Amino acid sequence: MPAAGLELSALRRSYGAVHALDGLDLALAPGELVALLGPSGCGKTTALRIVAGFERPDAGQVRLDGADITPVSAAKRDMGMVFQSYSLFPHLTAAENVAFGLRLRKTAAPQRKARAEELLELVGIAGHGARYPHQLSGGQQQRVALARALAIRPKVLLLDEPLSALDAKVRLQLRDEIRRVQLDLGITTLFVTHDQEEALSMADRVAVMRSGQLEQCAAPAQLYDRPATAFVAEFVGTMNRLRGTMIDLDVVEVAGRRLPVDGERPVPGTKVEVLLRPEAIELEAIEPDSAADRAGADPAVGTVRTATFLGAITRVAVTLEDGTEVKADLPSHRASEFPAGGRARLTPAPRPVLVVAP
Amino acid sequence: MAGLVTDTLAAADRPEPAGAAGPPSARSLAERLSRVRWWRVLMLAVVAIYLLGPLLSALWFTVYNARLHRFSLAPYGQLFGASGFLTSVRMTFFLALSTIALEFVLLVPAMVAIRLRLPRLRGVVESIAMVPLVVSPVALTAGVSTVLGWGLNDQGSWMFRLDADLQNQSFPLILPLVYAILVLPFAFRALDAALRAVDLKTLVEAARGLGASWPVVLWRVLLPNLRAGLLSGAVLTLALVFGEYTIASILGFVPFAVWIVQDGQGSGQLPIAVSLLSLLLSWAVLFLVSFLGGRRAAAVTDRSA
Repeated sequence: MPAAGLELSALRRSYGAVHALDGLDLALAPGELVALLGPSGCGKTTALRIVAGFERPDAGQVRLDGADITPVSAAKRDMGMVFQSYSLFPHLTAAENVAFGLRLRKTAAPQRKARAEELLELVGIAGHGARYPHQLSGGQQQRVALARALAIRPKVLLLDEPLSALDAKVRLQLRDEIRRVQLDLGITTLFVTHDQEEALSMADRVAVMRSGQLEQCAAPAQLYDRPATAFVAEFVGTMNRLRGTMIDLDVVEVAGRRLPVDGERPVPGTKVEVLLRPEAIELEAIEPDSAADRAGADPAVGTVRTATFLGAITRVAVTLEDGTEVKADLPSHRASEFPAGGRARLTPAPRPVLVVAP
Repeated sequence: MAGLVTDTLAAADRPEPAGAAGPPSARSLAERLSRVRWWRVLMLAVVAIYLLGPLLSALWFTVYNARLHRFSLAPYGQLFGASGFLTSVRMTFFLALSTIALEFVLLVPAMVAIRLRLPRLRGVVESIAMVPLVVSPVALTAGVSTVLGWGLNDQGSWMFRLDADLQNQSFPLILPLVYAILVLPFAFRALDAALRAVDLKTLVEAARGLGASWPVVLWRVLLPNLRAGLLSGAVLTLALVFGEYTIASILGFVPFAVWIVQDGQGSGQLPIAVSLLSLLLSWAVLFLVSFLGGRRAAAVTDRSA
């Protein structure tokens, strides 16, 4: 089945006074995997449920290959969905679960069996078809759920935080497998998650939502490196806020360095907070009570508080004289230069930055 | 794609073994006996004597003729030949079945709808379902009698015909309708517990998303997963219908419980044989229902092994 394009336009949904969706627009190209990412209550699950047909929007449309499917019932949308909680039918075996949708479509028994076996193999649990859900681990159950969703050859695959109930190791495995299966089949996929690592590692594009609206939808690298808003910048990855001053319409001075400004540009002279990624900050160890340290007025000098080993990199937390805590990433082989209590000077990398009002 | 999962991955994603312990080690008889809690055995014996003593005495009384000093099953033979016995048993059996069917046809969709769409109504419905516990069967029957009397003065009207059908002596339709109200508290509880044990919303949405219509969702997804609750409700309904006397008697019908009182009270061994047989009959039906339900569950386990 050729992949279908999915379009959500001006979706609105309220629960009493709470606006779960407030004019959401989003388009998925055929075969694309888009992750809906956002904090709890931002409306991402509501959006997915509206696409699945489990909820009706107060306003707006869901279009599949250009056709308006908003009034179509969930049973007639031909969408496969994997749920957060284990959703296998407990009274059916794994193979029977996978074949459930085919049985409803009156597919002949031999074809059903063959398709179930094919899909169980696809998701990596061939040979488990005769087992009941309670005899499978959480990861295996979600694989069966994925196979069941794919068995009906859906036009769109919907994933509602399918990994959140799994332990960390299984989550990593299944994450890769879902992506590989999705690429193999070329199926249009909408994936809801609150885990930014999942979203960034799996999706072609990540749509960050906030208060029922889309903040930014972009490729993971772009989202991380060139966030469109301060919310996206701070929600995706770790972000530092340093005090700075606008010295020109598109230049800010922070920690003794002048940097170009992206996004919103306050008027020159405005005090702002500059958003900097930990990897965009260079650290230089300085001798305590040395001339450089005694300079005192240098706002970029602080005291090392902690150094957290993260494998290839170590994240060093430095508290500046004005009380600001800054996190900087450096290669782990340099970590010994920054013992707790030591003094360090930070230097922002010369990249465009976002600024926000303090 | 078969090689998607490496051995390492598969090992990490494997269910915990159901029981880590090995086969039980052989123990000597003395060791086993030393572990027996004798006070438990004593309690069990006391309870067994209390429960089984009267039954065995009754059985002895009905099968042993003390005057002739010989055993005889004659009282049971008289019982099966007694007028109305088989008719009343058959009627009771069909009353029980129709009550169970009516109960679940009404209750299952309603409770599923409440849990899915109107969870705030659950408390209200539960309160209503408990009403039969506080309304005496006599009061209920008085009300039913009044309603049944509405059509009597208007022969030929639809009310009259409906009254006649409801009070058909061979199968009084009014009784399953009243019994369905009587068993409501028990059926509600049993079904509610079963519904709480499953993730109803997810199961329904999973089935709907795969293309199932609402009837298919009910029949192929929900009912199999509510089997324990349905079975429990059915057993309670059976027990109630087999023992119900007041309503049937006041309304003038003769199911088994009424027949026992009206026609099964001859002299000598016959009344005792009737009592024993009614107990055995009720147990047999209950065991049959439990056995059938249990066997289906076992079949599921066996198939999965």
